[in-house]
Amino acid sequence: MDVLVIKDLSTHFVENKGKVVAVDNVDLMVKETQTVGIVGESGSGKSTVANSILGILPETGEITSGMIRFKGEELRGFSERQMQQRIRGKQISMIFQDPMVSLNPLFTVGTQIVDVMKLHQNLGVRKAKTKAIALFKKVGISDPDKRFYNYPHELSGGMIQRVVIAMAMSCQPSLIIADEPTTALDVTIENQILNEFEKLVTEMRVSVLWIAHDLGVIRRISDYVYVMYAGTILERGKVEAVFRNPLHPYTQGLLRSNPIYHEPKSQIPTITGELSKMPPHGCCFYPRCKIGDEKCLDNNIKLIKVEEDHCVCCRKIEVRENCYEYE
Amino acid sequence: MRKASNREYAVAVRDLKKYYKLRTNFVDKILIKEQKYIKAVDDISLAITERKTFGLVGESGCGKSTLGRCVLRLEPLTGGNITIFEQNIYSLEEKELRRFRKRVQMVFQNPYSTLPPHKTIGKMLKEVVDYHKVVKEKEAKDYCLLLLEQVGLDGRFSESRPKALSGGQRQRAAIARALSTEPRLIVLDEPVTALDISIQAQILNLLMRLQEEKGLTYLFIAHDLSVIRHVSDIIGVMYLGKIVELLPAKALGKDSVHPYTKSLMSSSHMLGELFKSEKIRLTGEVPSAIDPPVGCKFHTRCPYSFDRCKKEEPRLNPVEEGHFASCFLCN
Repeated sequence: MDVLVIKDLSTHFVENKGKVVAVDNVDLMVKETQTVGIVGESGSGKSTVANSILGILPETGEITSGMIRFKGEELRGFSERQMQQRIRGKQISMIFQDPMVSLNPLFTVGTQIVDVMKLHQNLGVRKAKTKAIALFKKVGISDPDKRFYNYPHELSGGMIQRVVIAMAMSCQPSLIIADEPTTALDVTIENQILNEFEKLVTEMRVSVLWIAHDLGVIRRISDYVYVMYAGTILERGKVEAVFRNPLHPYTQGLLRSNPIYHEPKSQIPTITGELSKMPPHGCCFYPRCKIGDEKCLDNNIKLIKVEEDHCVCCRKIEVRENCYEYE
Repeated sequence: MRKASNREYAVAVRDLKKYYKLRTNFVDKILIKEQKYIKAVDDISLAITERKTFGLVGESGCGKSTLGRCVLRLEPLTGGNITIFEQNIYSLEEKELRRFRKRVQMVFQNPYSTLPPHKTIGKMLKEVVDYHKVVKEKEAKDYCLLLLEQVGLDGRFSESRPKALSGGQRQRAAIARALSTEPRLIVLDEPVTALDISIQAQILNLLMRLQEEKGLTYLFIAHDLSVIRHVSDIIGVMYLGKIVELLPAKALGKDSVHPYTKSLMSSSHMLGELFKSEKIRLTGEVPSAIDPPVGCKFHTRCPYSFDRCKKEEPRLNPVEEGHFASCFLCN
């Protein structure tokens, strides 16, 4: 069974200036033991998707439509209490971006992970502590029995993120949602943590939904990737297919914006403009697109399959038999 | 390293030391324990050629921002000296200091905190221009609009407050402010780190273009090696207050020799793939700056360390023309 199936999800925020659609009719799927990546820049709505799944949107946010099926059950139908007791931390755990604010500063990290295990697994303190220290070791924390008694402020960002990962794994969830967990970390520490995370995920057979703006991290960690822009999925597919053959002008522009593909000191060909006003209908990327024309403003631009496990949402791509070309 | 004569370089840093004293607690004071220091910058020498970019790269805690602040004369030095455009900046008198502040400008990382939130962009620029008397007062307004144009901001942003601008737009405003005094040297500390990759590329393009047009010299500080590689002429890799490798940007990749530089390359996912870098796995955490390791500061995490590394500190020695590394394996 697929662990997570999202269909037609739409979420909006109500602000002073009016309604802002953060997620616009998104379809998404995570299979068993699969790692799915969502890549997008700020304002793409990727974090809002994560928050919608877990029901942790701020007060101004609201899911307006769609279905979120987790292991066959519709999450939108769950009460807050059910989410707390059955889902969050237990079946779906989450890892957030900023390690410095993820943990309660007043309690030792040991207390915090034991609390999670006591709550969701009904374990006694001693058993939970043994399990916790074993988990700490697994995520690469050195001297885990000593670190158990440290407060968050005594640990580096990398260490805290490891503790958070251990906490996320502690109740053997079916799905882990990681929202930019390594963005704030140094690159050598990030590398280490990704190594350890990948090993654990394979061992525990967990599905992962990994959200990031860093294409390199997404490429490394994901099996399947969704490219998001302004609340819409513009492209999706097996990670190697999307990176080797990016189809959507946005994905292409994003990859091309990386300086490593260009001669040092040269002007980097990038996407012009910024994410701003959306056209009222049609393709949301049209204002910044180099190949768009007025027909792109028509409604109903759908995801089309271009090759095996690779779909794109662009009307300029015509698929004929086994090949495709840009109009 | 051969001693640089003042006249050849825009910036010459010699034997720079910046140590921060750690507060001793009461018990330690009674026990008369030795004063501890954080050696943020520990004996660094480097030189920047005019109109070129020196890229300073390293992870958090390596001291690169502190070095940048010393070059901007924002920190009292513990040792060494800094010469900019043939002047020892720490012995400048008031009038010369004012001139220094015109010639040497800065762009910092966080576009959300470096612009005064209550002032419009136009007012912020005009204040700088008026203070330094860059142009005659009646020309100031037009000059400010010209500055906005040069950084790719529409004139209407002159009436906006930072809150109304996106991250990329705020960074452009910060660059306009840096340009307003007609500087010769700009110190940029992580100027694109907080930006999305497509905006990052736009800002890098802008900075490179401005350098070309105005003959600017840049000290570009960042932790992202792919950004540093793209904008720099010379690269200095820092670790725990020391420069571990100094090399021409072209040599990064195939010719870099220090294990830390190589691990930065292989950790930086796409860069590592592009150069088919040796995959170097570092073990352990970055040591504390208060109690750095004896001997080579990198040996605790280095996969190639041997006995000598634990006892002796390697010096920055020449590997090739213009290329230096501090590692016993390279000499």
